Amino acid sequence: MLHNKSFVKKTKGGKVMKQVREHYLRDDIYCGAPSCTVCDTSNARLSASPSTILVLDTNVVLNQIDLLENPAIDDVVVLSIVLDEVKNKNMSVYNRLRAICNNSMRKFFVFSNEHHRDTYVKEMSGETKNDRNDRAIRVAAQWYQKHLGSAVKVLLVTNDKENKRKASEEGICAETVESYVKSLDRPDLLDLLVRPSSEDVDMEEVEDHRPSKRKVIYSEHKPMSEITSGLHRGIYHQGKLRVNRYNPFEAYVGSESIGDEITIYGRSNMNRAFDGDIVAVELLPQDQWQGEKSLSIAGEEDEDEDEEVHLAPNSADVAPRTIPQQGSSREINAGSSRPSGRIVGIIKRNWHSYCGSLEPMPIPGGNRGVAYALFVSKDRRFPKIRIQTRQLENLLDKRIIVSVDSWDRQSRYPSGHYVRTIGDIGDRDTESEVVLIENDINSRPFSAQVLACLPPLPWSVSSEDLSIPFRQDLRHLRVFSVDPPGCKDIDDALHCYALPNGNFEVGVHIADVTNFVFPGTPLDDEASQRGTSVYLVERRIDMLPKPLTEDVCSLRSDVERLAFSVIWEMTPEADIVATRYTKSVIKSAAALSYVEAQARMDDSRLMDPVTTDLRNMNSLAKKMRLRRIERGALTLASAEVKFQIDTETHDPLDIGMYQIREANQMVEEFMLAANVSVAQQILKSFPLCSLLRRHPTPTREMLEPLLRVSAAVGLNLDVSSSKALADSLDLAVGEDPYFNKLIRILATRCMSQAVYFCSGDLSSPEYHHYGLATPLYTHFTSPIRRYADVIVHRLLAASIGISKLPPVFQDRLQLTSISDNLNYRHRNAQMAGRASVELHTLIYFRKRPTDTEARIVKIRSNGFFVFVPKYGIEGPVYLTTRAEKGSGEWYVDEQEQKIKKMDGSISYSILQTVQIHMEVVEPQPNRPKLQLTLI
Amino acid sequence: MEYVSPEGLRLDGRRPMEMRQIRAEIGSVSKADGSAIFEMGNTKVIAAVYGPREVQNRSQQISDRALVRCEYSMANFSTGDRMRKPKGDRRSTEISLVIRQTMEACILTHLMPRSQIDIYVQVLQADGGTRSACINAATLALADAGIPMRDLVTSCSAGYLNSTPLLDLNYVEDSAGGPDVTVGILPKLDKVTLLQMDSKLPIDILENVMQLATEGCKAIANYIREILLENTKQLEYRRGS
Repeated sequence: MLHNKSFVKKTKGGKVMKQVREHYLRDDIYCGAPSCTVCDTSNARLSASPSTILVLDTNVVLNQIDLLENPAIDDVVVLSIVLDEVKNKNMSVYNRLRAICNNSMRKFFVFSNEHHRDTYVKEMSGETKNDRNDRAIRVAAQWYQKHLGSAVKVLLVTNDKENKRKASEEGICAETVESYVKSLDRPDLLDLLVRPSSEDVDMEEVEDHRPSKRKVIYSEHKPMSEITSGLHRGIYHQGKLRVNRYNPFEAYVGSESIGDEITIYGRSNMNRAFDGDIVAVELLPQDQWQGEKSLSIAGEEDEDEDEEVHLAPNSADVAPRTIPQQGSSREINAGSSRPSGRIVGIIKRNWHSYCGSLEPMPIPGGNRGVAYALFVSKDRRFPKIRIQTRQLENLLDKRIIVSVDSWDRQSRYPSGHYVRTIGDIGDRDTESEVVLIENDINSRPFSAQVLACLPPLPWSVSSEDLSIPFRQDLRHLRVFSVDPPGCKDIDDALHCYALPNGNFEVGVHIADVTNFVFPGTPLDDEASQRGTSVYLVERRIDMLPKPLTEDVCSLRSDVERLAFSVIWEMTPEADIVATRYTKSVIKSAAALSYVEAQARMDDSRLMDPVTTDLRNMNSLAKKMRLRRIERGALTLASAEVKFQIDTETHDPLDIGMYQIREANQMVEEFMLAANVSVAQQILKSFPLCSLLRRHPTPTREMLEPLLRVSAAVGLNLDVSSSKALADSLDLAVGEDPYFNKLIRILATRCMSQAVYFCSGDLSSPEYHHYGLATPLYTHFTSPIRRYADVIVHRLLAASIGISKLPPVFQDRLQLTSISDNLNYRHRNAQMAGRASVELHTLIYFRKRPTDTEARIVKIRSNGFFVFVPKYGIEGPVYLTTRAEKGSGEWYVDEQEQKIKKMDGSISYSILQTVQIHMEVVEPQPNRPKLQLTLI
Repeated sequence: MEYVSPEGLRLDGRRPMEMRQIRAEIGSVSKADGSAIFEMGNTKVIAAVYGPREVQNRSQQISDRALVRCEYSMANFSTGDRMRKPKGDRRSTEISLVIRQTMEACILTHLMPRSQIDIYVQVLQADGGTRSACINAATLALADAGIPMRDLVTSCSAGYLNSTPLLDLNYVEDSAGGPDVTVGILPKLDKVTLLQMDSKLPIDILENVMQLATEGCKAIANYIREILLENTKQLEYRRGS
């Protein structure tokens, strides 16, 4: 069965080394056709009597993965050599291809040709690796044809001309993707095709549709070798390109080599780079460095592209971190000392699929319905994309997804291909879907395998659950939950009893999700992939299937539920005397909302037990909170808004800032305490593999914008420690009540986000959570909606000895990748939530143009950003219109954070209150936006 | 890193439960009393046995049994990078000790009091699993030298990567940093004489992995027995009886 074969390989590991690896050739690799009489057919994946079997070349997989994902393409043999090549070239395509191969609905069979006795080919002398692999593919295709006989046609699909020619010579049926798809007679599939770049396909097939524009627009990208040596010599700088959210013609590259942000103005300097690409930048000579004011995009011919905005971004992740040196004289612009550059090469592309719509255009007659259209991404940071379609009339009023394929020097826009349609433009569901897709959130229903992991429904606590020795029966306790109104996934409940010795017993009971989600099951994998539930304004995308989320795990009132409890004994001064952790069975007495709980506590006539408990807890929580603040915990603020949604039409009826009550703070306090206790416990047991959460201390640089604002309004903030900052934030009281909150919001924005990490990856001083001022923190209290909590539950269960630690925890790398994924999902969920709020704000104001009060939060050269407290909206206000751009009528006083008119008649300063008018306008079709104007 | 593809093949084309190709040759060092070459895939080890003979250093002499000594070394050319390996480094001292203890456990030392047996093993080519290969080679060489033993000792390693137990790790799999269990058994007596592990493994999985390694040892034992039988037949033939 074993055929030994050593072969020699040279690899680079800093130096050239000869490596010898064994390579076994086998005779037990089967063809995957169920009709085969020779092979073992138990793992056969192809259909019973296929007329054609496709063998794909690597270039087809790399370029046409969208097509392969379409179920119309089936009976495909994927060779292991192709998989290897794809894996080396593009990991994301590899993962997608693997997903297709694993999907039992699709008939994709992986044939390990490299280890098959008859299909292994040895590298011939003088043959390049590529040629050898191509030959291997041809040999495998030939083997298939011979193996399956003439009843089945084996078709090699390749876009490599040379490969195709050789295949035909060797008597293998070979076709290009285009001709194969054409033969299928499915026009919608043709749209999915990536148009080949000119080299691989004969020229006559490419009709030159834009003769006038066949001129070179962009300069050539430097070859990789030149870039590498340029980076070495320091003439090029490497970094990730971040395009300004408000001005797609302005981008920044954070470069480590010069320790500064390089600004890139204009599309030609950006030289076909996309947001997120890793690029190599060359600095322009200093006299070409452009100030913000002199920025001109006249060179661009796209009149319609976008109105130009000089406003720099508002969020910390896009904003350049440099502080413009304060120009003493007025002539020097704020931005002129910032280095500018141009992109000479792209080191790594960040192309993916984009959501948007087609630019409206007349439907051309004739031409067999093939039309070229411009796709406008919803995200303004991306340029338009040229696509070819045969179903133009269907697509014009739809939101669609488009992939980018190439961008050559002659074309102004990149070319791409249509992937799929989401729905009608303007439809709320469609737009919500777009939000989800843009944030890479999986909203598909759970698969059958996942649902098979659920416990039999209807589920209730059984005697077996009770008989488990480590599960404590706490049904007699008066447990209740306090949540937002209408909350269905209740993952925490509380109880509080006065003990005879004057202390209190306080318990936090968390839904015992790990009793239902076992490590390694499809359910667990799915949950770990999703990472978190996502809350949009009108819907929720669950991390766990609905029966678990809303019923089995949810600690609803008057039903028995399994819980994981943290029980403290506390003195009346809220000092923790003892802590214990146990799995339990509880029966919630009441599921209260924050409003109800607050009303009960405030109503002095009520003396029922639950209310008394609430009051006791509240007094404890207040003391805990006070102590926390003394330690230096920050009370930060964010502009959270709340919509009232019409129950019938799901349209927003009203919006307002989310109100925080004492009851919220009370519950929050106990959850924080539980998280801290659990963090201590798990770290004690598993110092190397605990999942914790940290919040890095912001650097002074990051807080600089806050300091500048506060200095301008005459406020002295001490940022030396979190305690000092918290105190000075408390002292920051202006003449109006909203002032303090505004400063807090600005402070929050300066800080980086808290992140999950694996305790073995960092040293213990780095575990610190700055915002909560605690040395250790983790997430334990919401396992229904956060996967991190599920992991922590498992760690805690293992640490108190009631279950074994799953093997994942042995593998540090895997644990790190899980925590990275959680951070990624968490951030995306937040972004999606914000985008959803934005979307609903738009829907709300579409019918209601409003005048309201706003505060200036950021000054720019041609306007400022305002924040509308009432609606939690932030947006730009322009002082100059497009026509009079750069007229120099206004100038910015950096020192005082003011923007003044030249003649000194009008000036606006930071945090000033202004009256604005809000209205939804559509400057470009299908890209509505909320416009704010001064009145 | 994917060490086992979803198709169930390892990087070198083996399935998880398969060993590399093994090959053995007896009598390759004619000057020694017994010698053997043992190959597991690209791992190649030579062993030579001298003895039983007079004890060289009188102070080490043991009155009721034989003294067993073992020296393990790696040839400078055994790995790709021609690095000069210092003799007597910690690793080789440890492996020497392991081999000595394993072999001592099966040699009937009480039959040869006041004598000395030297076992020299050298790795000619290293590709993972050198420890096991050395023990297997030493067994063959001892048998060739005609030293009385309780049973053959055979050894094999197994690991656990990508949640799959893998038999007989090669160098690439070995350097993945996962658990690596080396087991040595006395196949006829069905006893374990050597059990070592790098890294860590949950206890229930360890049992599976160990079981797998033991199966590997048994397969090697069958092969070694065949080789010895063949060798004996040849000797018989040469004697002309």
